[in-house]
Amino acid sequence: MTPRETLDMRSGEGADVVLRGATLLDPVAGIEGVHDVVVRSGRIAELATPGVAADGLEEIEAEGLHAFPAFFDPHVHLRVPGHEHKEDIETGTRAAAAGGYCGVVAMANTEPPISTPAEVEALREAARQSASIPVGFLATITHEMKGEELTEMAALREAGALGFSDDGVPVVSARMLRRALQYQRLCGGTIFLHEEDPELSRDGVMHEGSVSAALGLAGIPSVSESTMIARDAALAGYEGGRIHVLHASAAESVEVVAAAKAAGIQITCEASPHHLCLTDEEVRSLDPCRFKMSPPLRSEADRQALIAGLRSGVIDCIGTDHAPHAAEEKEVPFEQAVDGVTGSETAFAALHTSLVLPGVIDLALLVERLSAGAGLVGLERPTLASGSQANIALCDLSAVWTVGEEGYESRSANSWCAGRELTGRVAMTFAGGQVAYRLRSFSLGVAA
Amino acid sequence: MRHLLAIGDLDRAGIEAILDRAESFAEVGRRDIKKVPTLRGRTVVSLFYESSTRTSASFELAAKRLSADLISLKAVGSSVDKGESLKDTCATLSAYDPAAIVIRHPYAGAAQLVADWSEAAVVNAGDGKHEHPSQALLDLFTLRRRLGSLEGRRIWIVGDVLHSRVARSNLAAFQAMGAGVTVCGPPALIPRDIEQLGCTVSYSLDGLGEADVVYALRLQRERMRESFVPSVREYAAHFQIDSRRLGPRQLLMHPGPVNRGVELSGEVIDSPQSLMIEQVASGLVVRMAILYELLAARGEHPTPAAAGDPAPAATPIGRSA
Repeated sequence: MTPRETLDMRSGEGADVVLRGATLLDPVAGIEGVHDVVVRSGRIAELATPGVAADGLEEIEAEGLHAFPAFFDPHVHLRVPGHEHKEDIETGTRAAAAGGYCGVVAMANTEPPISTPAEVEALREAARQSASIPVGFLATITHEMKGEELTEMAALREAGALGFSDDGVPVVSARMLRRALQYQRLCGGTIFLHEEDPELSRDGVMHEGSVSAALGLAGIPSVSESTMIARDAALAGYEGGRIHVLHASAAESVEVVAAAKAAGIQITCEASPHHLCLTDEEVRSLDPCRFKMSPPLRSEADRQALIAGLRSGVIDCIGTDHAPHAAEEKEVPFEQAVDGVTGSETAFAALHTSLVLPGVIDLALLVERLSAGAGLVGLERPTLASGSQANIALCDLSAVWTVGEEGYESRSANSWCAGRELTGRVAMTFAGGQVAYRLRSFSLGVAA
Repeated sequence: MRHLLAIGDLDRAGIEAILDRAESFAEVGRRDIKKVPTLRGRTVVSLFYESSTRTSASFELAAKRLSADLISLKAVGSSVDKGESLKDTCATLSAYDPAAIVIRHPYAGAAQLVADWSEAAVVNAGDGKHEHPSQALLDLFTLRRRLGSLEGRRIWIVGDVLHSRVARSNLAAFQAMGAGVTVCGPPALIPRDIEQLGCTVSYSLDGLGEADVVYALRLQRERMRESFVPSVREYAAHFQIDSRRLGPRQLLMHPGPVNRGVELSGEVIDSPQSLMIEQVASGLVVRMAILYELLAARGEHPTPAAAGDPAPAATPIGRSA
């Protein structure tokens, strides 16, 4: 019994448009070059030679813009239920759409945590009312994330949970994780793990290193993460289970994941844009709004190891860990502030600016890693191949913009990119066959 | 200088300006009338979110000696005790139009936030385990009086460096004045990678003989409970400064309050090498100098008494009237 993986979104009209003269890049499907993309009733009908007849479609002038398979984020926090002052399904999916995403996986650390089938069903219904892109919901591994007893994993799967995670906190008990991996054989569903040994992290609020030494802030050592990944990879190997490592941050972690993959363990791994772009040097500002998160920003050597892992494939995909928080929860001294930064709206632009433009990684690699998350949860990857559902991120790679200047689609403003000037911007997003987002300043199209 | 948040805000000349100013206040302190009119009509807020004896007392006395109006707030028994946020407290205090806010807070960066949220000059009187710049300046003042220049001197900072804001500010301050610093203590209490701040690290007192100055830090009893060190006895056996370890030509300092018999033995506290009483006396004049430099120097002084005439700041009221 393995339920079909399902995502939910607001129903709407399938798009009928033609993207005129877009520069296509779909590295997985091997699609490149300038085409007219013909979308009919929400499906990519044809990749045509420029100049194709529009016959009733909305025409969008896309010359000079890039069309990629839209992105997929395996890691966002939509904060529903319980924390609607930070985000809700409507604002969170709008933020993701603005970032070029055609699908997100919502974590279960809400208030209360998503631990029962009724809660999963209620979320799916809410997504059908208000999500502007498809959303998949995880349920918790342990009841209310207390680490003490398993949730009814099979019933949760039947209710439509995409997988399981206690993200926000680790599964401290090895026995509990082992039981979940055993149960996974019955019900399927990837287990997403926040990897951290709380005994080693203790009161830590930033990466342990020379910057924490200078600031007098309690450090979180890299081994707090890597030792837990090693333990959990061993358990997954022993039980033949499948795990996904959320937000890997340390060089040691990349090594452990690489070794586990080499040993044939079913393990996948994501890294966040902020860990790929920033280091603990940023914490010298003592600004928790942009630079306090869990796991913490680490050293330049760690950042380089993550980039190398992204290139080699040890890191399978990029997950934003979009974690909205209200202003008053961040306008306090660093140690008192809550963890987390938003990232849905800026992931592509930030990585394009920090890694692609300086030549650190190829554009094609970035595009691939931004959509690879879909595969982790058993979904088909977004593609530009004709015949497929329209899931397209149309991007202006030369647009220069300052993050936050025009506000955010998210309800919260704790973007790690706030105030940064980025190059590259999503102009339009197609998700689940619908037009999910248009940049306001991108005046589009001539009605046919 | 707009605020004093960290030693790194000052260059060597800026540090020396404060120490020179403190000398002139020390001279005033020897007169019968110890009060000067410099900050007459201006308000200084002393905002302490942690208990403190010498720091709050000396800042408050410093403000009074400069004729400022003083508002003294302790976290216990005030609105902050009732859950008011630091930001809201700043907004409330702004209604009094303070010229300076002296803040002690249990968390790093709090003084910086107050500086961001208020118009006042802000003095960091200790933020978490981060910085305590006025302590470092008074220690420099004490040492300058005893040794003259610190150029090329060797200073050992011994004890719980991990949890000490004094250690961090003093490391920066000693280095800024040309001294070489070794930090020494049990490995669990020495921050990882601290040598990247330019100091030497030692996990034993074996090389202590090279030190011109031994600066001991307080070891809080709660560190034992967290197993940073197994016991007081074990700590004292390896790291206590006693008369056997302290050479006759070495100077001894401590920011106070001392745990007698833990980081220091009783006999070295009371020895002539100990500068601890001088440190306390320096605290007053250095904190007067800090408030002066922030509020009265650079022609920002609004009262006619010293406008355009910053030099004779140390004129006692009795003479200027």
